[in-house]
Amino acid sequence: MNILSVIVQRLGLGILTVLIVSILVFVGTEILPGDVAYAILGQGATPELVANIQERLGLDEPAHLRYLAWLGELLRGDLGTSLTNGAVLNDVIGERIGNTVLLAVVTAAIAVPLSIVLGLVASTRPDSAIDRLISTSTLALISVPDFLIAVLLVSLFAVQLGWLPAIANLNRVDGFLEYARVLALPVAALSFTVMAHMARMTRSAVLNVLTSSPIEMAILKGVPKWRVILVHALPNAIAPIVNVIALNLAYLITGIVVIESMFNFPGVGRLMVEGVTTRDIPLVQAAAMIFCSTYVVLNLAADIISLIANPRVRHPK
Amino acid sequence: MVEHAATALREFRRDLTPTATLCLLILSLILLAAILAPFLAPYREGEILTTGSFVSPGEGLLLGSDYLGRDLFSRLFYGLRLTVAVSFMIAILAFLVGCSLGFLAAVLGGRFDMLISRLVDALIAFPAIMLALIVLTALGPSIPVLVVTIAFIDSTRVFRVARALGVDIVVQDYIEAATVRGERFGWLMWHEILPNALVPLAAEFGIRFTYAILFISALSFLGLGVQPPQADLGVLIRENMQGLLYGTFSPIYPALCIAAITVSINLLVDWYLRRNDASSPEDLQ
Repeated sequence: MNILSVIVQRLGLGILTVLIVSILVFVGTEILPGDVAYAILGQGATPELVANIQERLGLDEPAHLRYLAWLGELLRGDLGTSLTNGAVLNDVIGERIGNTVLLAVVTAAIAVPLSIVLGLVASTRPDSAIDRLISTSTLALISVPDFLIAVLLVSLFAVQLGWLPAIANLNRVDGFLEYARVLALPVAALSFTVMAHMARMTRSAVLNVLTSSPIEMAILKGVPKWRVILVHALPNAIAPIVNVIALNLAYLITGIVVIESMFNFPGVGRLMVEGVTTRDIPLVQAAAMIFCSTYVVLNLAADIISLIANPRVRHPK
Repeated sequence: MVEHAATALREFRRDLTPTATLCLLILSLILLAAILAPFLAPYREGEILTTGSFVSPGEGLLLGSDYLGRDLFSRLFYGLRLTVAVSFMIAILAFLVGCSLGFLAAVLGGRFDMLISRLVDALIAFPAIMLALIVLTALGPSIPVLVVTIAFIDSTRVFRVARALGVDIVVQDYIEAATVRGERFGWLMWHEILPNALVPLAAEFGIRFTYAILFISALSFLGLGVQPPQADLGVLIRENMQGLLYGTFSPIYPALCIAAITVSINLLVDWYLRRNDASSPEDLQ
């Protein structure tokens, strides 16, 4: 099969996935049992207020029509309005999305290369002291909740030493150094968990390649070890490693929600948690769509990269 | 029978490494603390003992007080109890659903298998926390909602492991022999498939239990899980975050409790798989 047609097929699959995600998001928030209007109002529900909310949510229409209307607006780039304060969600989210992207990109820029190096080092000397050190410490890291790491970091660097701020206030920040200071703790807390997962998966992916027959052949021929790893093993390991990175973006998304809330970071993750607390359905739907679509798109990108990196796909018989 | 058990116990003790022993010890202590919390805790859960927030440890308050002047040490017992109980319920429920559907899919195959497998694929492609947040928006946080939601998310992972194990087992000769013998479907699942899948499933149970602990703690920490005045370990961390600014270590104790459980279980699972020479259930997916 031609590589282009494979890519087009994957793109189609990606669009389909986003559609399924949108159905899940909509069904999850709107069709689950319980009258949404009563749920939002709680004890303060009067018939007028209930009617008001039902009208604003369009609850008098059948569900599939509401879904199509919602999807149509989403496709036109209209995220809707918040239920709690009537704010235009495009503005509210637009204001914060840059911060979340900044946090995610800085974390990825630090965590991805570091964890690949750690995974490579561990996999090239399996069962050595350094491999055991990396394996044990990453196992410990993936076992502890990310907020434990965050609490320890805050306690040490913000409270005991007083070097870094415990709250990530981006309002009065300018200059690179200031940004770095504010971002340091959230990025560090996020990186630790993501790195641990990624390093472990990289290790097993590369080990898998290293024990394959072409590599064993190269070793038997007497090719120097660094050449075996860089020239023979790494190109074959790119596909699994890229997939590992994409998989770990799921941890990054979970981590972002927790860490943003913890540091009062003005991002979409914290906004979403506030939305869940106040049961602001349009806000949660919008945020969920943003996070999930990003996840799908990045996974798709990884898929395509590993397809291109795979010689068997690139040069079809 | 007794002799058999004695041999098994002897072999078990022979295989114990120092790490595994330590983990078992920690887990037993934690389980004991969770079960006996009302007897072991020096004070009642909600009892306000001093007017000061985040009083330093000492004078009967082993770990100091929390923001309302309650004994943090006593609250840790109750928090541990709630976290362990809720996570256990989640893991059991996820297993009941995931294993039955997984084995069923493996045995029945065909359209049933296709349908559930694709559904699970779609759900796994969805970051778990997003699913949880969406359901919590619609239904609001309460312990039954939390248990069912997280168990549902977890059961998709259990399903994959159980199905993969089942598919490997149903092609074995002894299954064919049993089918030819005319054994019924339920008998097959219970007597032939389950015993042969026990080691990886036990490991998977450990992994799912830690996952449940981490998930429920994270939600509680965000204020979306267990609601005050009830407190699990996640709520305790949330409530006591301010304590850091008072110079106490109050949120660190509940966080360390979580870490002690999850690290111990993970190391134990690792040891157990190595001992039985089985591959990790994560690789089966």
